Amino acid sequence: MADALHRVPVREQDPKVRATNFEEVCLGYNMEEAVAEAARCLKCKNPQCQKGCPVNIDIPGFIKEVQEQNIAGAYSVISKFSALPAVCGRVCPQESQCEAKCIRGIKAEPVSIGKLERFVADWARENKIQPKVEAESKGKKVAVIGSGPAGLTCAGDLAKMGYDVTIFEALHEAGGVLVYGIPEFRLPKGSVVKSEIENVKALGVKIETNVIIGKSTTIDQLMDEEGFSAVFIGSGAGLPKFMGIPGENANGVFSANEFLTRNNLMKAFDDNYDTPIFKGKKVAVVGGGNVAMDAARTALRLGATTYIVYRRSEEELPARVEEVHHAKEEGIIFKLLTNPTEILVDEKGWVKGMTCVEMELGEPDASGRRRPVVKEGSEFELDVDTVIMSLGTSPNPLITSTTEGLECNKHKCIVADEANGQTSREGVFAGGDAVTGAATVILAMGAGRAAAKGIDEYLSGK
Amino acid sequence: MYEIVRKAVLSPNIVLMDVKAPRTAQHCYPGQFVIVKMDEKGERIPLTICDYDREAGTVTIVFQTVGASTKMMAEYEVGDAFRDFVGPLGCKTDLIDESMDELKAKKMLFIAGGVGTAPVYPQVKWLHEQGIDVDVIIGARNKDLIILEEEMKKVAANVYVTTDDGSYGRTGNVNDCLKALIAEGKEYDHIVAIGPLIMMKFVCLLTKELGIKTIVSMNPIMVDGTGMCGACRLTVGNEIKFACVDGPEFDGHLVDFDEAMKRQQLYKTEEGRAVLREKEGATHHGGCGNCE
Repeated sequence: MADALHRVPVREQDPKVRATNFEEVCLGYNMEEAVAEAARCLKCKNPQCQKGCPVNIDIPGFIKEVQEQNIAGAYSVISKFSALPAVCGRVCPQESQCEAKCIRGIKAEPVSIGKLERFVADWARENKIQPKVEAESKGKKVAVIGSGPAGLTCAGDLAKMGYDVTIFEALHEAGGVLVYGIPEFRLPKGSVVKSEIENVKALGVKIETNVIIGKSTTIDQLMDEEGFSAVFIGSGAGLPKFMGIPGENANGVFSANEFLTRNNLMKAFDDNYDTPIFKGKKVAVVGGGNVAMDAARTALRLGATTYIVYRRSEEELPARVEEVHHAKEEGIIFKLLTNPTEILVDEKGWVKGMTCVEMELGEPDASGRRRPVVKEGSEFELDVDTVIMSLGTSPNPLITSTTEGLECNKHKCIVADEANGQTSREGVFAGGDAVTGAATVILAMGAGRAAAKGIDEYLSGK
Repeated sequence: MYEIVRKAVLSPNIVLMDVKAPRTAQHCYPGQFVIVKMDEKGERIPLTICDYDREAGTVTIVFQTVGASTKMMAEYEVGDAFRDFVGPLGCKTDLIDESMDELKAKKMLFIAGGVGTAPVYPQVKWLHEQGIDVDVIIGARNKDLIILEEEMKKVAANVYVTTDDGSYGRTGNVNDCLKALIAEGKEYDHIVAIGPLIMMKFVCLLTKELGIKTIVSMNPIMVDGTGMCGACRLTVGNEIKFACVDGPEFDGHLVDFDEAMKRQQLYKTEEGRAVLREKEGATHHGGCGNCE
């Protein structure tokens, strides 16, 4: 059990077992473990952890309630700040946010803030506690585009203020990246995500699925014809990037988005669902971010020998440390300082291998990371039948190309004020990946929250 | 839910449905497509729009029963509903944005192959509504697979029907028909060809020789249809394009059809292919006659 220096360890599924199933990896704390971990919190007067949280949760406040075994109280503290605690407790990069600033962490292991948040949210769900609405109706309609973390947070906050909010979702399920991107074994859809969305609906938010803004209707029509006084764009990241190397259109080459969407949203891993997925026997995932880890661990669970192919070294992997650790435990093979140069294709158009070169790190580049350069004469062939490209995304032009006067930056991301989400169009606000490019769930939530405040200020002043 | 308000069986394995989908009906144009999903466990199936009624709020879809999902879909009746129906997706056909003068100056021919007649119809109808009547070739393997002939006749200048086996109309595939029309003195400078990949490929080979600009409509494998997954990528003029957001219509002389045909095989299991063979005979596609 815990002492002041060490965290209460969290129970996990055995790596050998979980490599063959899609059940959640982390099993979370029970009451006893949570109370013991909560006791490690120093309850600082000037809590640094709270400053590290993009939505500014009163962390010592909720941890104190946990320590006193008042979990309903802890949930009500968190609910003031976050609409999605069961999600954040699972997928936030706490090690670089709240936990990185934890004073306990200076001389010992920081408090497991994420695991405690998850415990509180799961307890509330199991005990059927929903956040309360108390606001009086403001009599004004706000449209939210996209039901991912930014949209859900913005909608939830606005509903709590008394606005009549409708979320428009392009896909057939609400949740955005929480349902199509992040796999079941990291974030269970049926229990966790669904109930977080139900909580947002319980605040009075309406969700209309199968509506693509820019196609099924436009922002101008929402404002001019459907009576929405303000619009928040939280439409997410966009179109997958490919490398531009020979062989990329061969059968067996997929974007991580496609591979994950088939498996997560369409549930291709479950034979009861109709959508097919190509299960390779030897899979290379190109890239080193969280999405790459998700794709690799999914391929592994579908039965493949799986490689991560990344051109820099372990130190530069953009994925969370915990994800890399889990991936290694499960048996993912890391081919670091390795870059693909060609996908080899058989005469019928299927992948039969991938030519790679070894890299070494040179001088730092614009991002401050050491630039990988090709090692002379290092070319080799990796024996794979499937390649998954996880190289990030570029913005989807559906909304920007159909909304006049909506300013974009040189990367084609929507320009929005960080403080309040205001775009170049009056009454139109934006946040999340559509503004920043691919980032994290919690940053999108922070932007959704800031925009909700911005929208309230804008509509109150009208 | 999206209710089916009309159903017609056009041929033994081609079904037409009018589906209540007001937002899509309000905003769609010829050339665009929708994605339908039958129930919670179903696939997302992309279908090019065949017609729409803005006032009634309905969109017409036509599909061929080629796999398990479309077979189940064909069993839906009036009053049943799709769980999901989203659109319009993709770009409208370029013709919509051209000026009347530009349109009138064109000598247009539409070539429809099998179930590809469905997406040709709204374009021909739209042109008819602008006062422009065009020629149409409808081709299929045999008489049973010819669809929408009467509807097409009402909106086209001339409809030429051709079957591979000669069971109806002229004998031969659509290319034979096109060659014959040109031999008979017809002149065209703009062709729109929609049908099975193999048909579009061979039409494009011929029209390239003849020097006639040809637009094709691609319907590759896709998941979301909004640009997110990249499954529908094609090579067009040595560039990678996503059919869902950049298309589905492209300059047929630039499309890499051989690659597109290989990519189409990705999820065709042995079982799926067997169903196709059983349904459609040795050619197992939409019936152009060029397949071995």
